[in-house]
Amino acid sequence: MINKIVNSLAEAVAGIHDGATVLLSGFGGAGMPTELIHALIDQGARELTVVNNNAGNGETGLAALLKAGRVRKMVCSFPKSSNSYVFEGLYREGKVELECVPQGTMAERMRAAGAGLGGFYTPTAYGTQLAEGKETREINGRQYVFELPLKGDFALVKAERADRWGNLIYRKAARNFGPVMCMAAATTIVQVREIVELGRLDPESIVTPGIFVKRVVGVATPQLSS
Amino acid sequence: MHRSLTRDEIAKRVANDIPDGAYVNLGIGLPVLVANFLPSDREVVLQSENGILGMGPTPPENEIDLELVNAGKQPVTLVTGGAYFHHADSFAMMRGGHLDIAILGGFQVSATGDLANWSLGKPGVAPAVGGAMDLAVGAKSLFIMMEHNMKDGGAKIVERCTYPLTGIGVVTRIYTDIAVIDVTPQGLLVTDWVAGMTRETLQSRTQAKLAFAASPRALN
Repeated sequence: MINKIVNSLAEAVAGIHDGATVLLSGFGGAGMPTELIHALIDQGARELTVVNNNAGNGETGLAALLKAGRVRKMVCSFPKSSNSYVFEGLYREGKVELECVPQGTMAERMRAAGAGLGGFYTPTAYGTQLAEGKETREINGRQYVFELPLKGDFALVKAERADRWGNLIYRKAARNFGPVMCMAAATTIVQVREIVELGRLDPESIVTPGIFVKRVVGVATPQLSS
Repeated sequence: MHRSLTRDEIAKRVANDIPDGAYVNLGIGLPVLVANFLPSDREVVLQSENGILGMGPTPPENEIDLELVNAGKQPVTLVTGGAYFHHADSFAMMRGGHLDIAILGGFQVSATGDLANWSLGKPGVAPAVGGAMDLAVGAKSLFIMMEHNMKDGGAKIVERCTYPLTGIGVVTRIYTDIAVIDVTPQGLLVTDWVAGMTRETLQSRTQAKLAFAASPRALN
């Protein structure tokens, strides 16, 4: 019998090792797996490489992980926001590395990792600082930049509803990076607001099929932040 | 003496140029104002990079949903017929040439349509590009909305960009507080200007060389 449901947040984040690359879903606060991140802080893994579109807001979720000194490197498209002062302070002090990646390139690099591709050519960033040192190629008269897949050891993802096979549906614009991150990590760990009986999710509406998911934990009233 | 358009007036002028049925992405800053002026007799579908087609206006306070936000993380709504999708699909819409128009702010635009709008290149500041480079290369048309000059009067429409580039040869048209300028294979062509503007004045406020339509339309 397949049962990916685990009973606690601590069990969900077990085994995340020092130095791991961890993909964190969310766009700002929308879709951020805040409770899984706080469990990861309690779990204690250090020297992490974290992939998220942003670099944390306020002092919860990703910002709390940064503040706890667990992150060696951030991979993100937009580390600036109105209250991303935790990251900005660490960056100024040279305590965290940053790889700035165009947002669509970041999403596609994870999709490529999940799809088993060796990389792809994109027109994005051609001729800019963010393509410096990268292979380029002209295809049908247009210039492209070669980008490598971006794979996670773990993904921490927030979704709305799951069954014990790990099938997922998301809520509104909190979906954002969730589906590509589920594909791109060796071990995908998902927190959902509601766990339902197998068969209760409409097969036509399942966004992430359970094959991409390893563990599911229920968090009925997740903390939301803007 | 000539007048200058307000930010709302620039937004209204841009909105009037968006045709019925267009799929449009509005960048953070000045471009988001365009949503307030879309003519009510046209169906224009707004895309938001974080996975929304059919983005609607800001909700009243008691209907704010923190899982329904725009690219600037501000609360928005979904119009009837709207859809949600994941990030790889959202950026496929841009890169794949499916969006009709992207409207972005700008620090500098060059005579050949290069755009600089993501970084001032200051040392020690964390680089932050977001979706700007994907939008710049992908949409069928790229409109730039910006003040014609910097606060100190310096030119923003230049022969060559000096700030870090967002994209090369990507800009279709520039809307400023005093003119509308098309980027053509022959160079920059002024198609509209504010009442009282002259060729000499506009050129003096623009570093790149301008050409002028025989009689530029009134910009108001």
